[in-house]
Parts: sequence; C-alpha cells; structure tokens
Amino acid sequence: MTRKTFYDETHTVFGHHENKLFQWIFSIDHKRIAFLYMIVMFAFFVVALGVALSMRLELFFPGEQLLTPDQFNQAFTLHGVIMVFLFIIPGIPAIFGNFLLPLLIGAKDVSFPRLNLFSWWLFLAGAIIAIVSLFVGDGFADTGWTFYAPYSVNTNTNVLMALTAAYILGMASILTGLNFVVTIHRLRAPGMDFFKMPLFVWGLYSTAWIQVLATPVVGITLILVIIEKTIGIGIFDPSKGGDPILYEHLFWIYSHPAVYLMILPAFGVVSEIVPTFCRRTIFGYRAIAISSAMISIIGYLVWGHHLFSSGMSEWAKVVFSFLTFFVSIPTGIKFFDWIATMYKGSIVMATPMLWVVGTIVTFAIGGLTGVVLATLGITIHLHDTYYVVAHFHYAMLGGVIFMMFAAMHYWFPKFFGKMYNETKAKFAFWTIFIGFNLLWFPMFIAGALGMPRRYFDYLPEFTIYHQISGVGAFVIIFGMLYMGYNLYKAISNGEPCGRNPWNATTLEWQIDSPPLLENFVNTPYIDFEPYDYKDGKPVHDLYDEIHKGR
Amino acid sequence: MEQHTNSGPEIIYDKAGNPHEVVDYNDDYTGAKLGFWFFLFTELLLFGGMFLVFSFYFYRFPENFVEASSTLNIVLGGTNTFILLVSTYFMGMSLINLKNGEISKARLKIIITILLSIAFLTVKYFEWMAEIHHGIYPDSDILNAKESGIILYFGLYFTMTGLHGVHIIIGIALMIWILILMSGKKVTPTNYVVLENVALYWDLVHLVWVFLFPLFYIIGLGK
Repeated sequence: MTRKTFYDETHTVFGHHENKLFQWIFSIDHKRIAFLYMIVMFAFFVVALGVALSMRLELFFPGEQLLTPDQFNQAFTLHGVIMVFLFIIPGIPAIFGNFLLPLLIGAKDVSFPRLNLFSWWLFLAGAIIAIVSLFVGDGFADTGWTFYAPYSVNTNTNVLMALTAAYILGMASILTGLNFVVTIHRLRAPGMDFFKMPLFVWGLYSTAWIQVLATPVVGITLILVIIEKTIGIGIFDPSKGGDPILYEHLFWIYSHPAVYLMILPAFGVVSEIVPTFCRRTIFGYRAIAISSAMISIIGYLVWGHHLFSSGMSEWAKVVFSFLTFFVSIPTGIKFFDWIATMYKGSIVMATPMLWVVGTIVTFAIGGLTGVVLATLGITIHLHDTYYVVAHFHYAMLGGVIFMMFAAMHYWFPKFFGKMYNETKAKFAFWTIFIGFNLLWFPMFIAGALGMPRRYFDYLPEFTIYHQISGVGAFVIIFGMLYMGYNLYKAISNGEPCGRNPWNATTLEWQIDSPPLLENFVNTPYIDFEPYDYKDGKPVHDLYDEIHKGR
Repeated sequence: MEQHTNSGPEIIYDKAGNPHEVVDYNDDYTGAKLGFWFFLFTELLLFGGMFLVFSFYFYRFPENFVEASSTLNIVLGGTNTFILLVSTYFMGMSLINLKNGEISKARLKIIITILLSIAFLTVKYFEWMAEIHHGIYPDSDILNAKESGIILYFGLYFTMTGLHGVHIIIGIALMIWILILMSGKKVTPTNYVVLENVALYWDLVHLVWVFLFPLFYIIGLGK
C-alpha cells in the first residue's frame, strides 16, 4: 500500500483546488504552512545577507566606495528590519514550531488552522509592503530598525510604509503566539502533562506568551509614530511638549522581550538535540523548563538598559542593571544543564550536535559580553560602538541563527524522509564557524577602541579590523551558500533514511517521515518522560500503536 | 486509512484501561474561548500602551489637562456612555436568547445593538466636529499656539477616541457578520461560541470607554 504523506494530500481553506500552487498557498495544514514561511523567510534572508555584504564592502577601505552615506543609512535599516522582523523573530517558531509543535505533543494540527494560514498571509503582506517601500518615493527608511523619534517623524524616507509593515508583521506574530498557547493548553495527547512535554515545546510556550504580551505594546507604539507623522499630535515632538525618550521606553518594552522571544525557541532546539546525540536523558529537565519561563518573565523588566545613555535617573539605572545581570542566571542554568548532559555521555558528533557545540561557544561569548554591557560604568564607553554590534551578532547570528541551522540539519530527515551529505554539512559548519569569528571578533576590539556603529566611514587606524571582518564576511557567506546547496541537493538526491535516523525519543520520530496529513492515525497515550534512553536506545516506541488499523 | 466519523470524540485507553477523550481540534469550544481571551488580552495591552502615555503626560501637565478637559461637552460624553452601557445589555441578552433557542429575538437584539453603536458614532461625530469648528484638531494653528499640555491633551483625545471609534466600527462589522452566520445556520443555539466571543469583544470596547470617559471628560468637571 502506498503511503500518502502531507505532500500528496492536504486540507485547504476554500475546499479542493486542482491547481498545485493553490493547494499550497491556501493549505491549512501546519506542515505546509511551515514550508510557506520557510520559502518567504529564506528569500528575505538572502536579500539581507546581500545588503550586509554591500555594507562590509563599503567599509573595506576608509572613505566612500560603494554606497553614499544616505544609502548606507538605508542599508543598515533594511538589513535590520529584514533580519529582525522578517527572519529572526518569526524564524524558529514559524518554521520549526509550526511543523513540529503538533507532532511533538501528539496533535493532528494546531488549534486554529485557518488563523495559522491567515498569519502567513499577514506575514506575506507585511513583507511585500516592506519591499515596495524600497522602490517608491525617497526609498527605504534610514532610521535604523528602531525607528527612534523624533528623527523617524521628520525624515522624508518611507518610514510610514516600514512602520506599517512592522505593525502587520507584529500582528502575524501575535496570532501565531496565540495559536501556539491555545494548542499547547488544549491539544496535548492524553496523559502528557506539562512536565512530560519535550523542551522545545516549553521554549515555544514561553515564546508564545511573549508574543502575545509584548507585541501589542510595540504595535501601539508604531501606530503612535504613524499618527504623529501623519497628523502631528505631538506626543513625541519636544516642540509641542512631547517626549522622544518616551518612545524609546515604549519601543524597548516590547523589543527587549523580543530578544528573548528570538532566543528561547533556539534554546528549545538545543534541549532536543543534546539528549538525542548524548543518548541519555537530559540533565535537569525541570530546571530547563522553568528557566525558559523565568527568562521570559525577567526579560520584561530589563528594557531600560537600552536607555542608559539617553537620560534616566541613577536609581532606575541601578535597578535595570541589576535585573539585566539577573537574567543571565536562568540562561546559565540552561548552559550548565546541557554541559552536564554531555558529561560522560557517549556523544555522537553528527552535524546537528556539531552546530550545538559550536553555538554554545559563540553564544557564551555573546551572552557574557552582554553582561559587560550591562555594567553601568563600562556601558557609557561602549554604548553605540562596534562592541555592541559584535555582542548582538554573537547572540543573534551566533546564537539564534546557528541554532536554527542546527534545527535544519536535525529535522531535515523528518521534513523530507531523506538524509543530506554529512561530510559536506560538516565542511559547511566549519566554514561558517571560522568565517563568523573572523567577521565579528575584530569588532569587539575596534569597538573597545572607539569605532562607532552605523558610520559609513572610519579613521585609518581601524582599517585592519574592517578588512579582517570583510574577509570573514566572504567566508561566512560562502559557507552559508554551500550549506544551502548541500541541503537543497539532498531534497531530491538524498538517501532515504527511514523514520528515525538519529535514534531520537520524542514523539515526532515515532511516526513516518515525512508525516501523514493528520500526523497520527491513533493518538497515543503518553505516560513517560520525553527523553528516556536505556543502553543507548529509546525506551518507548509507539509506532505500531499509532499506526494500528491503518 | 483513518476511520474517522462524526459519531463521537476519539477515545483512547491508557495501560490501566481507563478511557481518555482526545480533543477534536476542529470543534473545541474551550479552545475557541481561550484563544479569544488571549486576543482580548492583546487588545488590553494595545489600549494599555495608550493609557500609559496618557498617565505620563497627565502627571507632567495636570493643570493643562484639567483646563482642556473642561472645554469638552460632558453631557454628550455622558450620553454616549449611557448608550454603550445599554448596548452591552442588548448584546448580552441576545446571547441568552440564542442559548434558549429564541433565534429571532436574538437577531432583533443584535440589530438594536448595531443601531445603538451607530448612535454612539453619530454623537461622537458631532463632538469631533464641534472641536474642529473651533479650530482644535491636531497640528492646527490655533491648537499649536496653546500650551504644551493642551496640545498633548487634544492629541491624545483624538487618537484615543479615534482608536476606540475604529473598534466600534469593527464591532458593527462583526455583528453584521454574525447576522449572516445566523441566517446560514452557522451560529445556532448549540453552536454559539462566535456570538459569545463577539459579546466579549463588545464588553471590552465598552469597558475601554468606561475608562476613557472619566479620563477625558470628568477630570475637568467643576472647573
């Protein structure tokens, strides 16, 4: 009997379509929606990489090369807006969360499949508005991705369209978060209580709460800038008594939790990969689960550290500085738990594990330099320098995106039922890892020596750092293209690998790869913890039970 | 293939043989309610951001805010508060009627709610027009010549009541949609969660106004 997977049949929102394209873009199947997100997001990722590379080329020599100063301002805004709003924030939840959340908890779909598709359409609309604003009027916004007032109110570039795009993307994010929270509360397989959920689900759960709770605040803030810009109500305009610092507060009340919104699902990915490749249950399951929730709670209360040099009372600074230090504790707990899991485990260094180990190094650097930046005295010197740029790229690229690459390699066999070329994947990892450090590490030094961020030019003494960075940029982009090529080839030419090539324990590996349309023929009863290994083999295999009677 | 029929929920058994019901994701009343409560939460935060801005500037310019507030017409504002209050009564009653199977009564009460919301918007329109005729609207020369607190008060007044008005308009659209669903037998005495959620939404819209009214109208009372 031939097996019909979700590639062969689907549910759509308007009934049946003959057209294959319509069967995808109107599909309400969570797995297909994950692919829709993946296609749009990676298209934008490539655009943002190109923009970044053009900035690095501009900075290869002092003086003006490739971009005018105004174009440079637009370039870093475009890079930031795409990477933050269109790639990293939706990233892991929209692709891997959508595909895997129902599989991990034993559900047939998310709670609101139609809303899920609607979120993707909103996402697409926001993306299109952002792109259109490149080509009309005075071009893309030149404010930086933070849209700080009063400059964003006064500039003639297309800030309005960029704000509208960000608002719509925010709505898409809220609806996805809402969908996930309800799904996790309602659709877990019978018997699976919260502490029997895989840790990726815990990561998605904490993330979804942040999406629901923090995004509306930035939504109203962006609307206020839009209103300010169109009819001039004055709330961010000092000449009318308004206060631009208020904008910064409102903006970061969302956008700092957004940082944890990016990283928490990535931590969840690590917590899946580490036990699988150490062949043992994870150390400190509850500590990891609860630290996710802790991070999302404390993460709300630290936004003020973005305003240390904007004007703020000394007491407020001390409190925000303390809370910022404090947030590193639950993060540290996770790191120690992962390392404790690896300790004396028989580690299989397959590509996903390699990515995780590499990321632990780079993210540790990104995280610890964050602690340096939270120190009140030092931050005055380092504020708005390349040190900050290097810090958050170590955390975002070296943390979130690297873990997303780990997830891509880990769940690739689940998506396609095939395996990529392991040697080439490892080569891509090493290229990216070396290029990454070459690209960003010199910036710590340049920043500490006083190289300011967002400048299109620099003093000759900084040339060497920019040139090392420039070389690193080429290496990392080559590595990413090579990795993409390797994975793309494997979609058609990869070796079929069966349903569970990693010997993993969680529920998604106990069904066929690629999964059926509604995932589970029979819903399993879950009365065990997610990472049970015995003698290097998974203890539970429910395949026969799940597929009984098919 | 899957033996899925609509005869009842999927039941599975644990090792001890106890039955457990699997939640049907296509028909989950609790899930629909839970999701809508989360949505209301986001609305609360959306307005919460505005109230935060209001309280910040009210704290900074208390005298100006009181002075500006005393120029608003509290009778019209009070009338609108009353209209919304009555409309939530009819909204709630329509839900009770529907649950009791009295579909035509439920439909009538939704129509009354729509008419009351239109009345609210009409009163609001005349209030706004009165201000605009006095030359008081954002970025007007007359307003910009006044003190900072007054500029900000009216800026926030038009923004917040405007945003609230947008929510009223969305509410009217939702109620018309419900009437269509009821005609098509999509919303019935046994499947009323959509109406229940819209009624919740209407309560939120009404509650926001209950806070807007004292903040914009009553603070200037007796001045």
